[in-house]
Amino acid sequence: MATQTTYGARDHARAQEGARAEAMPVVPARDWPEPPCEADRLVWAETVAGGNYTHRMLARGTELRLTDPRGDACAHLLLYAADRPWERLNVADTVKVQWNAYLGEGQLLLSDQGRVLASVVADGSGRHDALCGTSTLARNTGRYGDGTPQGPSPAGRELFKLAAAKNGLQPRDLPPSLSFFQGVEVREDGVLDFTGSAGPGAHVTLRAEQDVTVLIANVPHPCDPRPEYVSTPLEVLAWRAEATRPGDPLWDATPEGRRAFLNTVEFLAARGLA
Amino acid sequence: MKAAAPVKTVVPARAAWSAVVRAGETLTITDLHGNQAVDFLVYDAQDTSVRYSAPDTVHAQGGIFLTTGSVLMSNEYTPLMTVVADDVGRHDTVGGACSKESNTLRYGHHTWSQHACVDNFLAEGAKYGLGKRDLVSNINWYMNVPVEKDGTLGIVDGLSAPGLSLTLRAERDVLVLVSNCPQINNPCNGFEPTAVEMTITGAGERGATA
Repeated sequence: MATQTTYGARDHARAQEGARAEAMPVVPARDWPEPPCEADRLVWAETVAGGNYTHRMLARGTELRLTDPRGDACAHLLLYAADRPWERLNVADTVKVQWNAYLGEGQLLLSDQGRVLASVVADGSGRHDALCGTSTLARNTGRYGDGTPQGPSPAGRELFKLAAAKNGLQPRDLPPSLSFFQGVEVREDGVLDFTGSAGPGAHVTLRAEQDVTVLIANVPHPCDPRPEYVSTPLEVLAWRAEATRPGDPLWDATPEGRRAFLNTVEFLAARGLA
Repeated sequence: MKAAAPVKTVVPARAAWSAVVRAGETLTITDLHGNQAVDFLVYDAQDTSVRYSAPDTVHAQGGIFLTTGSVLMSNEYTPLMTVVADDVGRHDTVGGACSKESNTLRYGHHTWSQHACVDNFLAEGAKYGLGKRDLVSNINWYMNVPVEKDGTLGIVDGLSAPGLSLTLRAERDVLVLVSNCPQINNPCNGFEPTAVEMTITGAGERGATA
């Protein structure tokens, strides 16, 4: 197609509509081929390439399912209260308040304000990590020869910087992150063992308990011992559902969690949001 | 050149403290009365967006406890300080700071009026233009946080004793923020916060930097 002219260039660009790639957002989300719920409830459907990132604002009550179709995805995740980024995921509070270092079904992802940002409502992986964070430019340059976003082995922190910037945030707004689908266990002497992936098809479902901004980087776990950079696509689906309410088993699962939900609902009620 | 005498400061129970420690200088933290948790954050003094990173530190040394030889890494995977001496053998990277907010979850809403480490960090950090967004998971010197096989984790009785200390060497010019933890609801301070001592020793006096 001739692109010497503006008309030809326009036609050439427009002819790309309908092209398909393995990693891409499906818009509208209801067109996702195998929806896990009524298709009309889907609000986000995307396959994130290995070594890439995505981000979205989700309404309270939205469920977010991450899936590792090929077994070598690792979803590094950060959460912020939407439009109030000074309230953000606090990994230390998340493990300390709940008396557990490991992420799994029933765990709450806590903010630094004594409130719940999201809860883990289903876990088909069991291999997650709240201790090691994500990879850095310096580390990936040392390990793989490159850690830049444009290179073959992007670092998670570099991708988080970009996702953060698109939400008006700076590198100083990036606290320690969580990672899903690649696990770590702690020995009695504090030494860490990398447990790797649960294999293809693992999934985890989070539920937004406030309006949240989600940043996701899909890059190898920093403890992945393989010399090559292995990062396969990550599937992201989100759909409208309901936030945890009094009477739900999760609401009363622990005294700490109950107080976190109470704090959350009180805060939202004062703002006229719950 | 004759080196300056070490600068000693006693940080009272519950109080905050901060200092710039120059490359090659050392900071010694002495647990004067024993079993006192010392919450600690460290920043590159020239660029405070480069700051202590618990996950990078944990990853760099392959474990969650700090002791002699542990290097405190930044979020850009660069060394900020190194533990060069330690009488205790185990310090915490996981538990982070107490806050009025997290206290309501951990113990109940009756604790809301109690002073907490995050307030100390906010007040002390504000002197350098640092705000809430600059607070990240911190080190808890002298705090004992074991992890069981099933992942259960908690703050238990400390391993420290009166007069024990640890020493950190600055690998670049760093800004250190300390909250001498005011927590009274768990064993991190033996339920009774006490004073600690900070000693900055000049590079010259200790010889060449490593």
